[in-house]
Amino acid sequence: MMTQAMSAMFEALRQKLGPQVQSVRADREDEIYLLLADADIRPITEHLRGQFGARLVTVFAEDRRATEGVFFNYYVFEQKGSAQYLIVQAPVRSDSLEFPSLSAELPAVNWQEREIQDWFGLKAAGHPNPRRVALHDNWPDVYPLRKDFPLETVLPPFEGERHIYRPAFGEGVLQVPVGPVHAGIIEPGHFNFAVAGEPILYLQLRMFYTHKGTEKLFEQLPIHKAVFLAESISGDSSFSHGTAFCQAIERAANIEVPLRGLVMRTILLELERICNHVGDIGAIATDVGFVIANAHASRLKETLVTLNEQLTGSRLLRGMVCVGGVRRSWDAAQLGALRSTVDSFAREFRDLISLIDRSESTRDRLEQTGVLRPDKARDLGIVGVGGRASGVDLDVRRDHPYAAYSRYSFRVPVYQAGDVWHRMQVRIDEVNESIGIVQNAMADGLRREFRVPVPPIPSDRCALSAVEGWRGEIIHWIRTGPDNHLERCKIKDPSLNNWPALVEAVQGNIIADFPVINKSFNLSYSGTDR
Amino acid sequence: MFKILQKTVSTGTVTVNYPAEPAKISERFRGRPSFDFDKWKDARPAADVCPTGAISLSDNDESRNVTVDYGLCVFCGLCAEASSDQAVRVTQEFALATSDRRNLVFTAEYTLNADRTHGGLRKVDRRLVDAETDVESLGQKARDTIQKILGRSLAIREVDAGSCNGCELEIVALNNPVHDIERFGIHFVASPRHADMLLVTGPVTRNMELALLKTHRAMAEPKVVVAVGACGISGGIFGENYASLGSVDKVLPVDVYIPGCPPRPQALLHGILLAVGRLAERLHTDRAG
Repeated sequence: MMTQAMSAMFEALRQKLGPQVQSVRADREDEIYLLLADADIRPITEHLRGQFGARLVTVFAEDRRATEGVFFNYYVFEQKGSAQYLIVQAPVRSDSLEFPSLSAELPAVNWQEREIQDWFGLKAAGHPNPRRVALHDNWPDVYPLRKDFPLETVLPPFEGERHIYRPAFGEGVLQVPVGPVHAGIIEPGHFNFAVAGEPILYLQLRMFYTHKGTEKLFEQLPIHKAVFLAESISGDSSFSHGTAFCQAIERAANIEVPLRGLVMRTILLELERICNHVGDIGAIATDVGFVIANAHASRLKETLVTLNEQLTGSRLLRGMVCVGGVRRSWDAAQLGALRSTVDSFAREFRDLISLIDRSESTRDRLEQTGVLRPDKARDLGIVGVGGRASGVDLDVRRDHPYAAYSRYSFRVPVYQAGDVWHRMQVRIDEVNESIGIVQNAMADGLRREFRVPVPPIPSDRCALSAVEGWRGEIIHWIRTGPDNHLERCKIKDPSLNNWPALVEAVQGNIIADFPVINKSFNLSYSGTDR
Repeated sequence: MFKILQKTVSTGTVTVNYPAEPAKISERFRGRPSFDFDKWKDARPAADVCPTGAISLSDNDESRNVTVDYGLCVFCGLCAEASSDQAVRVTQEFALATSDRRNLVFTAEYTLNADRTHGGLRKVDRRLVDAETDVESLGQKARDTIQKILGRSLAIREVDAGSCNGCELEIVALNNPVHDIERFGIHFVASPRHADMLLVTGPVTRNMELALLKTHRAMAEPKVVVAVGACGISGGIFGENYASLGSVDKVLPVDVYIPGCPPRPQALLHGILLAVGRLAERLHTDRAG
């Protein structure tokens, strides 16, 4: 099924790039695949970015040696104002194993290209910093996402240096190592600060401490079990990742989720957003000493997770989403609880925000702290809350509508200042918008079906799925395999491209402000490390 | 300032009195699935859907061994949905923590009919989840221990050894005004050197093994280790693979296991209070020795 507009685009690209563009196919109306003849992604990237203002959403690889004799790199592009994703599929030869790096021009894919190096053993030629990122330096030379690497491989004990940090010199310059075990109850990662007195000169990050073979594991589990693995990619985004995964399967198998199922997903996605945003607002307040605001915020969060449990049986909204819709409908008592909790929450939330707004000292600490400039945010490809506070106007709910979002109107808050205060402001605005969405959706499609039976999933279908989790853009890409299994499942949590934002934002700030700056992004370690 | 006080006064006290009073939980909450082994006619549908293999079977010609491991359970409720014979039921039980990993494993042996459904129940081994499930007295005992022996303070160091962050969310919730774990004199500390208890979530990744060991080593004796959640107890859905070592007890001696995915705050509290008892015992032995 090739539309006229598509064949026109194909012709235009062909004229520009010649026979390098091999073929084009539309797996779905909003998901177009363009196959290249070789791995050279640079001309088409330049063209798509220059000519169409396209954004490179993500890049990932797949081992297709067994069936097609090559690896493939996939480059996902989107264009402002269009709901389509254009996925450029570039073969990487299994003898040379090389593909050209885009990181010098597009720092946004720095980690993602290195991840391909580490996990597939391909080489990003010309990468400005090709060191390992996704496997630590003390790992042996293994490429876990190659098909000939068994998941259960037992690796020998690791030896040698885990990572060599760049040294920082100068009078009074010190390096402060922090982590992987942090002071609070948070996930592990290592931060190496170079400081001159109090101000931070340079922050080096070492993530992937919680790497647990998730993408590889997806290739072993039957699909209905893999839904639970998706819920465990990042605990605070259980429902978003679960939905992204189920959506991918539904797209691959042409399963149409009935209206009430879509509406209930929308409600739960928004509850997850509200829950986490309120928690973060409280945590930001705590980190500048306004503890009482956090007491109220965490109390409000508790009322929401209690509601979660009433609606789904789980405080983290687990065990609710399934391929084909949602597992259970809501009765009158549950709907009543949803309505009354959201209404009283809306009132209490206003009180909380007015407490924060009245606190001059809080505002004083948060304004101009941890500034991420809009141009930096764009270059680094920052998405989600951190992006919108720095002028990056992206929101999957609006740009690529899924679930039932096209049925409700909502505003996407965007600020330019890029400091902690505005990242909090984005959250406050979004909570208010989310309350509106939930209130509008509650009774929408009430008597309609919420789930359809799932037919056997056809083999060898690809599908891309995107969800605006509360942190930002979540991408799942799958290729189905035989017997209700997956050949490949790529997970991109928004944290993966957002960590470098933290490096930018802390520069010049005092080390004591690091916790609040970090909290204002609140990125997922497990979502990054997988 | 006035507004802050006004809000505080109008909010009142929100802290719950668990375990002195029973926990108020939603009737929709999915707790421990219970198995009526006598009534169970076929374990295959439940075993087929179980995402983590918490229900597993081994068949030979005329008999079947069924194992139910609550240490692997993620409390999804699929087993109850899949079993048409009403033998599997989702309960509201959450206080499942135990000091003996074996307590979490039930086994049953069935004779098989020609169609591979269960003929008769040959034997069943169902340990009590713990003798100490009287949570109320457990709470009182723990409070006394903390008061008298630990100088009114129990310090916990939490280590995420590879979790999805779900367990961390519930551990953080223990500190909110509703669950307020500090009412027991229990608090979370930054340094392992100050800690009496190590609360570990898992699965333990290859990359976190060393950090976990070092944290444990940095703690002063006597100390106890608590493994949290399906992943901490057994590796959970992640299991063991090239990057994951699986359960916490592969790396450290574990004193108490707290099932859940994640365990709700009350379940965590129950497990922590149980571990206080173990710590008290250890203090006695240390002093006697």
